[in-house]
Amino acid sequence: MSDLTDLYQEIVLDHNSKPRNFRKAEQANRSAEGFNPICGDRVLIYVEMEGDKIKDVAFQGTGCAISRASTSMMTEAVKGKSKAEAQRLFDLFHRQITSDDDIDLDELGDLEAFSGIRDYPSRVKCVSLGWHTLRSALDDDHEAVSTE
Amino acid sequence: MTTPHRAGSPTAKTEPAPEYDVDRIRQDFPALHQQVHGKQLVYLDNAATTQKPQSVIDRLAQYYAMENANIHRGIHYLSERATAEYEESRSKVQRLLNAREAHEIIFVRGTTEAINLVAATYGRSNLQEGDEVIISAMEHHSNIVPWQIVCEEKGAHLRVVPVNDAGELDMEAYEQLLGPRTKIVSISHMSNALGTINPVRRIVELAHRQGVPVMLDGAQAVSHLHIDVQDLDCDFYAFSGHKLYGPTGIGVLYGKADLLEAMPPYQGGGEQISSVTFEKTLFNDLPYKFEAGTPHIGGVIGMGVAIDYVTQLGLDRIGAHERELLAYATEKMLALGWPRLIGTAREKASVLSFVIEGIHPHDIGTVLDREGVAIRAGHHCTQPLMQRFGVAATARASLGLYTTREEIDTLTQAVLKVREVLA
Repeated sequence: MSDLTDLYQEIVLDHNSKPRNFRKAEQANRSAEGFNPICGDRVLIYVEMEGDKIKDVAFQGTGCAISRASTSMMTEAVKGKSKAEAQRLFDLFHRQITSDDDIDLDELGDLEAFSGIRDYPSRVKCVSLGWHTLRSALDDDHEAVSTE
Repeated sequence: MTTPHRAGSPTAKTEPAPEYDVDRIRQDFPALHQQVHGKQLVYLDNAATTQKPQSVIDRLAQYYAMENANIHRGIHYLSERATAEYEESRSKVQRLLNAREAHEIIFVRGTTEAINLVAATYGRSNLQEGDEVIISAMEHHSNIVPWQIVCEEKGAHLRVVPVNDAGELDMEAYEQLLGPRTKIVSISHMSNALGTINPVRRIVELAHRQGVPVMLDGAQAVSHLHIDVQDLDCDFYAFSGHKLYGPTGIGVLYGKADLLEAMPPYQGGGEQISSVTFEKTLFNDLPYKFEAGTPHIGGVIGMGVAIDYVTQLGLDRIGAHERELLAYATEKMLALGWPRLIGTAREKASVLSFVIEGIHPHDIGTVLDREGVAIRAGHHCTQPLMQRFGVAATARASLGLYTTREEIDTLTQAVLKVREVLA
């Protein structure tokens, strides 16, 4: 049995109560909207690309502690990275939350906080909503992302 | 085979024992006696689906083990027996709802299919461009979308009765919406998200004054209230077996015989016809006209046993037990001070929907789950209603005939834990 504190770690609670980059990015040249129809959660991701580099990334929306903290931590993790690097991080993160693969935790940094999510299958969508939406923004795909 | 709690004889139905022995009743439900995440399960998601008594489980096993056969066409022993059991369940539903005729009871997959059936047959053949269908702001998506589909097809309009801050229908607005273009009213008897019990007799009466038929969505009401369709005078009534302590995948549409007879069939197929040539098909009589294909025979028989179970306990007594617990739960929740109740209608049953400022209902649900407490968190398939109350979702605890005061205490403790973990 996993303890609740595996899910709601200190860092997760901190990002939930004080989300980083929780704003509209005024200079954004990419954006996407993500939606989880199961719970009604909605996230808007703004990306300012400079060449191939994510110069700024921000988000707005409503969601549970897990989706809010995950999206907040994601913005910190991908800022300054190239599109390919962000994609690689997403793949790594996705493997962490859905598979039993051995992951290089150093590379994940703070994002490792979500490794406990595997014990909460109903919450995997919460943790990945922001990431899916970011990918849509990076692909400049204007279709709203849905977890379903 | 375990028999339901009873006072000893069939007369228990008319003379219920004064004592409602919930501990004894719980013995009939094996699913209640388990641990989840190392904690005793506290099952408070009864508005989503109810647990099944051993008698229903045993009956399903017995049917599939020894009695399985197709119905209505076999000339062998097992088929005749299955047919008799299947039709006996129809009579049980007839008695449960106090329908005038057994053939007014149509077996469908559930409430959703029942509403779709009426929308696709009655709706499609009676709605014309500019006509109106009245629903309410507290409807489940299953009582919105089927009407939307047929309205779009016919150029008709959906009119929505608003709800007040307590979660009660605005009956004045309803009266004003009823008009010469209204072709049907479809309203929930009891709200799944709020627990509100709607004044359905009055709703029917007002509609009938204008010659408008009324469909009632009884998915929630059926397990908490005594229902008499003749007294309500509703034209259609729908419910699902699995919310009445019966199997999933089986439900009921009640319709007044004259309306059902005038309606075109919903699906075509076997059992549903009286003769078929390639030129012309003659449809079977009620209820078979609406029961194309091999039905969910085991489900129908199992639902019959579930009906036996609740009627032996007595829906009035079940309702009284749940009312007392709902009052207790409401009081405990209000005593905490910070949860905000969504749905505070004067007439309500069994549902405690709440939100906590700054904490998402899914997080509430996860923390409660780890305490063994099963609730629902989300929009409850009522997104327009959630918008009405300005929330994306709520946490919903819903009671059943086996819920205890101790379980309410556990719920309250678990809600305290939510603040501890997430505040």
